[in-house]
Amino acid sequence: MYPDYMMESIRKVEATRPQRLAIAKKMGKQVFPSMTEDEREHILTTYHPDYKKDARKELRIGPNKGEMITNEVVDIMESYPRYKSSDLDLSKVDYEVDVLVIGAGSAGLAAALEAGKRGVKTLLVTKLRLGDSNSMMAQGGIQAADQSDDSPTLHYLDVIGGGHFDNKKDLVEALVMDAPKSIKWLEDLGVMFDKNEDGSMMVKSGGGTCRNRMHSTRDYTGAGICRVLRDELYSNGGDIKYLEYVSATDLIMDDKGQVAGAIIYHIELKEYFIIKAKTVIIATGGFGRLHIRNFETTNHYGATGDGLVIGYRAGANMLFMDSVQYHPTGAVFPEQIVGFLCTEKVRSLGAQPINHDGELFVYPLEPRDVEASSFIRECEEGRGVSTPSGLKGIWLDSPLIDQIMGEGTIEKNLPAMLRQYQRFDIDIRKYPMLVFPTLHYQNGGLEINAKAETTIPGLYVAGEASGGVHGRNRLMGNSQLDIIVFGRRAGINAAEKVLAGIELGKLTLKHLDDYSKEVEKLGIDKKRISPLILPDYIPDHIKAKQMTQEYLGTLV
Amino acid sequence: MSIEKKMVTVYIMGEPQQVPEGSTIIMAWEYAGFQLKKGIGCREGFCGACATVYREKGDYKLKGGLACQTVVTDGMSLVQIPFVPSEKPQYDLKNLEPNIDTFKELFPTIFRCVACNTCTKACPQDIKVMDYIQQLKRGDIAAAADTSFDCIRCGLCALRCPADIVQFNAATLAQRLYGKYLALRSPELENRLKEIDDGKFDAEIAELNNMGHDDLVTKYYSRQIKIK
Ligand SMILES: Cc1cc2nc3c(=O)[nH]c(=O)nc-3n(C[C@H](O)[C@H](O)[C@H](O)COP(=O)(O)OP(=O)(O)OC[C@H]3O[C@@H](n4cnc5c(N)ncnc54)[C@H](O)[C@@H]3O)c2cc1C
Ligand code: SF4
Ligand code: SF4
Repeated sequence: MYPDYMMESIRKVEATRPQRLAIAKKMGKQVFPSMTEDEREHILTTYHPDYKKDARKELRIGPNKGEMITNEVVDIMESYPRYKSSDLDLSKVDYEVDVLVIGAGSAGLAAALEAGKRGVKTLLVTKLRLGDSNSMMAQGGIQAADQSDDSPTLHYLDVIGGGHFDNKKDLVEALVMDAPKSIKWLEDLGVMFDKNEDGSMMVKSGGGTCRNRMHSTRDYTGAGICRVLRDELYSNGGDIKYLEYVSATDLIMDDKGQVAGAIIYHIELKEYFIIKAKTVIIATGGFGRLHIRNFETTNHYGATGDGLVIGYRAGANMLFMDSVQYHPTGAVFPEQIVGFLCTEKVRSLGAQPINHDGELFVYPLEPRDVEASSFIRECEEGRGVSTPSGLKGIWLDSPLIDQIMGEGTIEKNLPAMLRQYQRFDIDIRKYPMLVFPTLHYQNGGLEINAKAETTIPGLYVAGEASGGVHGRNRLMGNSQLDIIVFGRRAGINAAEKVLAGIELGKLTLKHLDDYSKEVEKLGIDKKRISPLILPDYIPDHIKAKQMTQEYLGTLV
Repeated sequence: MSIEKKMVTVYIMGEPQQVPEGSTIIMAWEYAGFQLKKGIGCREGFCGACATVYREKGDYKLKGGLACQTVVTDGMSLVQIPFVPSEKPQYDLKNLEPNIDTFKELFPTIFRCVACNTCTKACPQDIKVMDYIQQLKRGDIAAAADTSFDCIRCGLCALRCPADIVQFNAATLAQRLYGKYLALRSPELENRLKEIDDGKFDAEIAELNNMGHDDLVTKYYSRQIKIK
């Protein structure tokens, strides 16, 4: 429950609720005006964390050398591989396959299923269990323009406007045109989308959408999709092989400049294995666990940006790695769930952001970066609510939902949210939730084209690890879509490339030695290695005594 | 206004450790100096990877829960379970029918359920696990898909079941059969697929692809917002 002093502020929220409810119930009227282009620009440059003076620094190595990039990303790029080429014997291959997929979120699963279906030898490797990923965690929804008042063209406009017009257009086209087909593909595999009694889709709006386009499977949308893909893989009779609890730590190349496989690392046995592969698909997801600017994160435990590092070191370039998505509504109270996501669907269903004084201060469904910036503004200007552990947040007035949409709406549509708070004795049907922006999504990534190819022959990237489709800001529901669209495209194109014939040359790790030399020139401490694989949450007073630590920033 | 934390003692794999009051089980392991490598996933209650069992001081019961969602108490004993091994039948959904015979063939064990309700008591998602097993025994796939919907495959039900039933695998199949065969299809979706195939939007999309930045900005800000 909330302590007394927080209850005082809640009373103010309750006092203004009837009036806000009345406005919300007026059909066709927005509860708060949307910002104009100038207003958006102003709030972003003043309050968004990406625009803070020291948020970025110059990357001094690799294809994006000279660009200003988010600090923590620069740090993992300006790090050493875990070995020299002479440490590993590439003539002893542990696995030899046609298509190697790295990462088993929905992008990797979709890729593996599509490749496997085409009869090429496919192997999926992943850091934790199959499906333990950001994909599993999505609550809100997946976009697709399949309603009669909507069109792929309108979807395109929303994607590119939300992305500040930086998006790669060929990718946006692929995303919106493949969207209805992706929903159909998922339904044929047995995904249970929320529907009305006549079978029509129940669709909601989301931040930055001009139509109701958000499909969902209650508030377990990511799980509703990912568990089906995983079950398809588990049940396929063993044609598609997979290895759990192993992490890719680098790519292997051949002497013709093609990708030729990967080195994988068994976290517990501390053994490295060599996989030779004609094509490789990086589907390793995002980087929330880098805790950019010390933000809490919504991401799963393995989200340490590994794919970015291994692709970059092999020569693939990155796009938009100067921008980070903070989800406006991360929990800040109770302490056990700090950083956890309060899905955007809470606002889609009618909850409003309210400050300490009970005032609504922003249109609830601005694009994420704009919405998040307005929350930061309220807190920086003293209109936030403090928690006992010293964090600040604003209220998300969830009790409005049942009042607008009818009793039982929260229970039916937000079971995961309701349960999350009930575990800590807060009933979100009666009391608002306290929230603040939380590190959520890697907007950019390794650059791909519409076939999910990088500039390295044979190397594909799909999902959150890739960059271009969302520009500098992704809208809700477009990532769940992107992982299906480009996961499938990567799997299909990799398999077809294999079937058309690929001759690998001699395997080499020369690119790693070259890269190490560059890192060394920067005078970087030899202990600083990447990819990180897992974050390190051991407190300093214990770490000071753990003298066997081999690496900086990670223990694995 | 940070407040000094009170500490509690927990027993991690038998060893006493001091951890801050209010920690979840995961936080307690980490505070004590462990870097977890298995039995951990999303840390937010969605992936089911951190299912574990524990005992509380003075209580004879072996309890189960998600380590990322369970707050430690003074004197609690903790272990870590990497995952729950389970049998998984192989099938191709395309060749299955959504009826009781499918379950008789693929999940014969569910018919051994003794209705003890242990699974329901074990479920951290408050799912009526026994009920969905009973629904499947009756061949009511739609009901089972609905009842089991929030299952995160943590495995705690299967870990405690005296009849060795793997409830969550049966649940996943029920959900998939419902999604593929029993849910009514959306006519609008079919229609849109046809429109896309017929090239209805190709010209509009090509126009956007060729549009300069300023025109695109104007077009975006002047689009009509029609939210229901
Ligand atoms: C809490 C939450 C809620 C979200 N809600 C929504 C939503 O409502 N709608 C929406 O569209 N998007 C949402 N998103 C975003 C979206 O879910 C993700 O961006 C998307 O699922 C990413 O999918 P992916 O397959 O690219 O990566 P992931 O699903 O993260 O999968 C990456 C996989 O790669 C593995 N891996 C990582 N490194 C390595 C390595 N070195 N070697 C081997 N394996 C590795 C990981 O363990 C993981 O299994 C949400 C994200 C989060 C975190
Ligand atoms: S039904 Fe079983 S596997 Fe699913 S959440 Fe409940 S206890 Fe876990
Ligand atoms: S624990 Fe096993 S036997 Fe008991 S009710 Fe559940 S499924 Fe049936």
